[in-house]
Amino acid sequence: MNFIFYVLAALTVAGGLAAVLLKNTVHCALALTVAFAGLALLFLDLDAQFAGFAQILVYIGAVAILVVFAILLTKGSETPKDGVFSKTWLAGLVVAAGVFAVLGWAVLQTAPMLPNSAAVPTVSVQDIGIALIGRYVLPLEIVAVLLTAALIGAVIVAMHDKEGAK
Amino acid sequence: MTPLAGYLLVAALVFSIGLAGALTRRNAILVLIGIELMLNAANLNLIAFWRYGPHPEALTGMMFAIFSIAVAAAEAAVGLGLVISIHRHAHTTDLDAMTRMKG
Repeated sequence: MNFIFYVLAALTVAGGLAAVLLKNTVHCALALTVAFAGLALLFLDLDAQFAGFAQILVYIGAVAILVVFAILLTKGSETPKDGVFSKTWLAGLVVAAGVFAVLGWAVLQTAPMLPNSAAVPTVSVQDIGIALIGRYVLPLEIVAVLLTAALIGAVIVAMHDKEGAK
Repeated sequence: MTPLAGYLLVAALVFSIGLAGALTRRNAILVLIGIELMLNAANLNLIAFWRYGPHPEALTGMMFAIFSIAVAAAEAAVGLGLVISIHRHAHTTDLDAMTRMKG
């Protein structure tokens, strides 16, 4: 528990809160990018370099840009007149607070029993690559099929249908 | 408090913020943003357990997080494609205004 952890945790939580609470949808997307960056830095703080840089590439590089594209294509940046929160916002807030209470209680109750190995793991990208094409080769292939299916599916779903009444 | 407990608490907080966003916002894209936050919080848990667990050289938690990032990217692409498709059909992304499933 050092100073850097507290700074990164505060950055991540502030970005997440802003992404959920801001009124302008484009500002929400930018705050989401801050939250993603904070999480990537937390990964780097946890000595998981590969996951941290994959997080930066995939989330900040691709997902955030995709979200901004979707917002601008759907004119979602216009703030609706009757508020940005749903009619059932109180129930949603209660459910989320309840989930946080249960999770926080569970973590604090089990904190003394949690593993706490101080040794910094020395894992190189080469080790990760060997594990990916060795022990984890079947999940890797399945993810490849999934990404192909998602790519084709996203294009087909968003494709302009000429028969529809316009 | 051990370091792992700190990371788990941050992950729980980010998860709850994402859940609150997914449950309370009207805009479908903001709901997807909430879901992305929840997935990221789960990844933080996996990486934290990998770092402080007994056998980091087995790479189990790290691999789980990497595959989870890949699946989340696929989910985001399909989800945003669906939102654009719905917007073209119903001319809104307001979830409260979508009251029927029939096209």
